[in-house]
Amino acid sequence: MKLKLLFIAAIFVVTSLGAQTINVCNSCDVTSLTHAISLAKPFDTVMVKKGIYKEHNIKIDKPLTLVGENYPVIDGELKGEVITIISDSVTVDGLFIINVGTSYTEDYAAIRVKKSKHFVIQNLVLEKLFFGIYLEKSSYGKVYHNKIIGDAVEEYNSGNGIQLWYSHYVDIEHNFVEHVRDGIYLEFSDNCVIKNNVSAENLRYGLHFMFSNDDIYQDNTFEDNGAGVAVMFSKKIKMLNNQFRENWGTASYGLLLKEINDAEIIGNTFEENTIGINLEGSNRITYKNNNFANNGWAIKVRGACYANRFIENNFLYNSFDISYNSKVNDNIFDRNYWSNYTGYDLDKDGIGDVPYRPVKLFSYIVNRTPETIILLRSLFIDIIDFSEKVSPVFTPDNLMDNNPQTKRITW
Amino acid sequence: MLKILKYSFFDLMRSRWSYVYFGFYLLLGVVLLFLNNDLSKAVITLMNVIIVLVPLIGTIFGVMYYYNSKEFSELLLAQPLKRSSIFLGQYLGVALSLTMSLILGLGIPFVFYGLFKSNAIWDFSLLLITGTFLTLIFTALAFNIALSNENKIKGFGYAILLWLFLAIIYDGIFLMTLIFFEDYPLDKLSLVGTMLNPIDLSRTLILLKLDISALLGYTGAIFKQFFGTSFGLIVSFIMLIVWVVLPVLRIMFKSKRKDF
Repeated sequence: MKLKLLFIAAIFVVTSLGAQTINVCNSCDVTSLTHAISLAKPFDTVMVKKGIYKEHNIKIDKPLTLVGENYPVIDGELKGEVITIISDSVTVDGLFIINVGTSYTEDYAAIRVKKSKHFVIQNLVLEKLFFGIYLEKSSYGKVYHNKIIGDAVEEYNSGNGIQLWYSHYVDIEHNFVEHVRDGIYLEFSDNCVIKNNVSAENLRYGLHFMFSNDDIYQDNTFEDNGAGVAVMFSKKIKMLNNQFRENWGTASYGLLLKEINDAEIIGNTFEENTIGINLEGSNRITYKNNNFANNGWAIKVRGACYANRFIENNFLYNSFDISYNSKVNDNIFDRNYWSNYTGYDLDKDGIGDVPYRPVKLFSYIVNRTPETIILLRSLFIDIIDFSEKVSPVFTPDNLMDNNPQTKRITW
Repeated sequence: MLKILKYSFFDLMRSRWSYVYFGFYLLLGVVLLFLNNDLSKAVITLMNVIIVLVPLIGTIFGVMYYYNSKEFSELLLAQPLKRSSIFLGQYLGVALSLTMSLILGLGIPFVFYGLFKSNAIWDFSLLLITGTFLTLIFTALAFNIALSNENKIKGFGYAILLWLFLAIIYDGIFLMTLIFFEDYPLDKLSLVGTMLNPIDLSRTLILLKLDISALLGYTGAIFKQFFGTSFGLIVSFIMLIVWVVLPVLRIMFKSKRKDF
């Protein structure tokens, strides 16, 4: 016991008294980051002053704090990876990293964290990059308040903004990612929290999940991405209060769900997307209190989607509310507000007296012959939609909202 | 021509029907705004109404005016006046008074509701522009029908048939054609089909504003070029102008040759 206490005290003394600060600047004794890191002892701080440092393959192999003052520029000169972290408890703060090399055999990143824990990466600005922040088998870390601005043009020769690979329990907060391939990409990464990020104008997805379970993403904004947000082959993901906006194009979605089970989609806003949510093979998902406004298709149900519950959502002025490609329905629609609802409410309890059928015949026709989209809002289409509504032949006849709200739902 | 235009215009301004028409749009605008409490939604509903009703009223009114003022036209024909200017003057008189009723009737409630402060103003002005074009086109078509048919009943019949065809039947045939030939690339055909019907044309023009997110969901380079750029808007406007010019030319041609 005594020995243990002594040991702890010894560590305390060593870390508090022994921790030094090494300054790096163009006129200091130490003029390069690599040199400073090799001089530093564990738990030291390396302070980088303002200036331009042309370095790449900087390896941080001991617990260090690397801090930039007034955003010093680390220029990788397109030669390869810039910073690689291979030790636990490393903090990188306040650097401006540019010119990461591009390679087709290796994923060069501005910062790569390799098999390490308890890292903090914050206040970085990354430009002209291939991959931005790449976390590889690294857990319990934090990626906070970074700005990543890429210049990706083609999908095949560009990298992702923030990529997680087999990394668990990572918090990604307040980051701003634009013009890369995937804004944030999670592969085999569980229990991560992605919060308050903005991911915009990326070539492919704003946020992309693959085989990652039990993650939460909330209060993020995804705007004008190639294909929106994709959540694939994952379980128990919570998607809360995000904004999905203006994802336009032939294969664009606000949110793409593929093989997703037991997720929760609550309080999100889908605005002006070609397809608000595209779901395929996704089961037992709760959709609650979401706003779907001015989308082409608010929800497109492709196939093999069972036991989903759509409850208390607002469907506002979408060209199509729901589209199905089969006659089978096993999903529940209840207590939603539909702006296209034309029924009445005689007993004034706020619930329409006539059930609402969100799937229109025309959406079935457009599924079959996409060119017919040009007849949208034609009087003839309204007439055939009406006749289908009276006696459903082509659309699932049990798909209806029995309690459509007459007023927009607020929460 | 201007004198006849002025005469027709003021004659119509004094007539009951212009006021009924004006009152109808005023009421429509007020009721829509009252029920929806939302400018952009009111604009969508209004669009549905305008692309169906404006052509109907344009045709009926045009035919009616022509037959009603037939005796006066014959009197004018006895004067040393150019035939084309007589009929063009009458046509413009009708079309302009209808347009004015439309713009004022819909404009007043929307302006009072705060149109200028909202971002729906472009959608709304597009709506009024298409409404104006539709009035011009369908009044011209109505004059064509009336000039070609001495028999009033026949004339009215054709006018209503024309409206029915362009507003509903055409889309039905169009839809059937698209479904029937669905194995072939159809994007050119569908765009051409739209161009050939002024009602579809105006609908597309408004879709460009309201449903652009849905329209971009279709995979097709020509569609994408048409809807994704201002190309679609320009082509649609040119086609609308062509749709006005052609019937007007026929009015001039027909009136010159007609034996009164």
